[in-house]
Amino acid sequence: MTEPAAATGVGRRRFLGYVVGGATLVVAADLGLSPARAGALPAALPTIPQPAELFDLNDFLTLCAMPTANLIAIQLHKDGTASFALPRAEVGQGITTSTAMIIAEELDLPVNKVKVTLAPARPELMFNQLTGGSNTTISTFTPIRVAAAIAKNELLKAASLLLGQPINLLVSKLGVIEAPDGRSVTYGELAEKAASPVTRPVDVTLADSGFTVIGKPTNRVDALAAVTGKKTFTTDLKVKGALPTMVCRAPTLNGTPAKVNNLTKVRRMKGVTDVVMVDFGVAVRAKTFGQCIDAIRALDVTWADGPVAGESDADVLARLRKSEIPLKLPDLPDNPLLKTKSLDLTFYFRSNSAMDTNSAIADVRKDSATVWSGLKSPVTLQSEVAGYLKLPVGKVKVNVMQSGGSFGRRLFSDGAMEAVKISQAMGKPVKLMWHRADDARAGRTHPMATNRTQVAMLGKEVLAFTQAHTSVETDFRHGLGEAITANVASLPTGLGNLGFSETVFLLTQEIPYNVGVVLQTLVETEQRFNTGSMRNIFSPDMRVGSELMMDLLAQELGEDRLEFRLRRIRNKMVRGVLEKVASEGDWGRKLPAGVAQGVAIHKEYKGATACLMEVDTRPTTVKRKVRDAVTGPRVTRATFAVDVGLPINPTGLKAQMLGGINDGIALAFTSSLHLRNGHFQEASWDNYFYTRQWNTPPRVDIHVMPASTSEPGGAGEAGVAASFAAAACGYAAATGKVPTHFPINHHKPLAFREKPRVPPVPPSPTNGLKHTY
Amino acid sequence: MPRQKFILNGKKVTIKVPDDVRLLWVLRDLLGVTGPKYGCGINVCKACTSHINGKAFNPCAVPVGKLKPTDEITTIEGLPKTVKKKQRGKHGLHPMQEAWLERDVAQCGYCQPGQIMAAVAVVKRARRQGRKVTEADFEGIRNICRCGTYTRIREAIVEGEKRM
Repeated sequence: MTEPAAATGVGRRRFLGYVVGGATLVVAADLGLSPARAGALPAALPTIPQPAELFDLNDFLTLCAMPTANLIAIQLHKDGTASFALPRAEVGQGITTSTAMIIAEELDLPVNKVKVTLAPARPELMFNQLTGGSNTTISTFTPIRVAAAIAKNELLKAASLLLGQPINLLVSKLGVIEAPDGRSVTYGELAEKAASPVTRPVDVTLADSGFTVIGKPTNRVDALAAVTGKKTFTTDLKVKGALPTMVCRAPTLNGTPAKVNNLTKVRRMKGVTDVVMVDFGVAVRAKTFGQCIDAIRALDVTWADGPVAGESDADVLARLRKSEIPLKLPDLPDNPLLKTKSLDLTFYFRSNSAMDTNSAIADVRKDSATVWSGLKSPVTLQSEVAGYLKLPVGKVKVNVMQSGGSFGRRLFSDGAMEAVKISQAMGKPVKLMWHRADDARAGRTHPMATNRTQVAMLGKEVLAFTQAHTSVETDFRHGLGEAITANVASLPTGLGNLGFSETVFLLTQEIPYNVGVVLQTLVETEQRFNTGSMRNIFSPDMRVGSELMMDLLAQELGEDRLEFRLRRIRNKMVRGVLEKVASEGDWGRKLPAGVAQGVAIHKEYKGATACLMEVDTRPTTVKRKVRDAVTGPRVTRATFAVDVGLPINPTGLKAQMLGGINDGIALAFTSSLHLRNGHFQEASWDNYFYTRQWNTPPRVDIHVMPASTSEPGGAGEAGVAASFAAAACGYAAATGKVPTHFPINHHKPLAFREKPRVPPVPPSPTNGLKHTY
Repeated sequence: MPRQKFILNGKKVTIKVPDDVRLLWVLRDLLGVTGPKYGCGINVCKACTSHINGKAFNPCAVPVGKLKPTDEITTIEGLPKTVKKKQRGKHGLHPMQEAWLERDVAQCGYCQPGQIMAAVAVVKRARRQGRKVTEADFEGIRNICRCGTYTRIREAIVEGEKRM
């Protein structure tokens, strides 16, 4: 589709798109359009490029789109606005805003005149309607620009006829086209005149520079709706007859109901309309969610144990240890001066529960079904629902709602599939909402893992760096796994025969330092847990292991931790961000005993990040009291730098990095799930301690590097790995001890009393008026 | 069934619902006022933070039967009208909401109505005590934001305090 356009000179490329027949101007481009991927790094590097450097997960996700010739369309309206249904999910990451900006840029329209909605499941898009891997902007940038640029050309053509002036004398600005004599016409007036009765291909040229909207800090297009309470999430949506519905779940993880012993009594409770047993629990539908909670608490259910009944963290860890393969360093010359350094870390289960719990509205009829939910893989859900209900795919409508966060969870459609099953069983529409306790306990987790690193050194030279990640299986059966199966032949040599996880692992992992021969491996153990990615997949844990090791090596050699890294970096982007945080964050400044800096980098999503944190571990800080809070070490200052190639919206990009910083702090210090006797103990935000105001750094500075390429990289997950690693390194430096596990407080006595497992949800308090302020 | 009476965003409300149903569900499921969000139902996450007679509270922890007919409940939807017209900003909103827009605080936006309602109450509490909002006030805000917007929340509160 793309061809070099010699006539247009350097930095301009020609693409093919379409004007689509319609009443107003509709333009389209193939979503499979993508720039050729960047060439490989120079070969003359001491560390041989790892697979992820030559062809990474984002290349794979972009490649998945290639065979599907499917169009994304922008429509111009008589009111002067343009609309676009984005085949991705907005979960807070800001893609509706950045997409509106990209369209505004090419179309010369104000951002607020571009209306971006979320497309319902489009089965013809197959693997190209998956929101994951921070890939949205990477994969949609070019096709959206092509469509918008065609729209502007067509508007110019129509204006030329109307104003009787040649196109090259017309000027378009903010939705108005002006002739040299001062006469003008608006896009709204042209929307019908530029319409085409038939669909026809056209070509268009894109420039790689001279942007005025792209790169300009822009506030979110949905901010007004968010601050006025008008933003509509799934549970805010009104669908006729879809009454509040919740599920009573088993006291062990993935346990199943055997018998309901008081069905009649619960069915008669106030407000309750339906109670049915389904394969994953007992579903209750009522006039209010409060009455659902009352009914769940009243249910007497006989349960069959889940697959991890009786097990605790230690059992899972023991199994992980058994699965570990011996760490292998390459054959090295036999030299008595050869030294090795090892590091062995354990990462406990972590919850990717979002604020907006798993929720979905489902209306299953005899011959059709409609679903509304925050879904990152709507096409996968659509086919699952069709299969379950034995309906043709075309009879299943899947609407993608705005979500209150995802963090990996909405790659799966757990709530939506349950809602479909319940609606079918009750024969009524349902609005299913998971209770927070379930969302934390039974929802998906980032799997528990061990991470071992070993390094061989000779004098000041690092000869080999090996890192082995042994993990409970990460579930990729949400569309990405299927995409890998379907595209095996396209993967680089050697990757095709691996499992989903190993493929993703190799497509995402690399060590951007010159540290001799690098070998990174993944072994997975078991599938009994509900897992998934969690704002990034393997990288945060892997990066903590490798960056702590870099600190150990620097210490061994008596070198400054920053200098040690800078001398070994073999990537320009990474060097740039590391130098930036070092200067902006005052690397090396004098700090009291017990307070120290930690610095770390990460390279993924076509970009690079670096984070410098100051960690205060002094007893007065660690033991500070906040009511019902987990306090502990405090990151007092965080400095972050990000290079995403071409930044689309620096304001949104900084927001994503800020989230990554708070995620990293939580992962390092306070947030984990404890498996005890067959279930997770955390059932509330005051059990599972994601970073709160009392732990967030009082000072945060985030720097967006100027455009370093002509293509945007990913943002949503990019901030976590370097932040987690910087917090870990800072803590180790401040205490003089390298932690053995994360989060560091996992083995401390629980900061809460575990909520009962029967009934599975706690009652709502009644004393709220005693706590006003 | 008992008739519950209270004032919601300046308007008298009468609704038939059992005494023990928590106000959050009366607002969301029965009255269709969905600005206050569900995040836990046990007064921990604070996503439903609203005001009762000008003070912050969490409707998930208040049985509707405990309300008096004179109790004034304000949700995010009614916040702009709690200040005089001339105090409202260019979007016609409460100064704290305007500060939130200026700082582009929201990410997913789910917790933000509760955050804003908490912020207004924190500033008002400091005013009652004759002081400005402090670091300790920030640290005492329990509202969780899983997107991690905390720094911008702090910046917006400082800005909103100036304008209130």
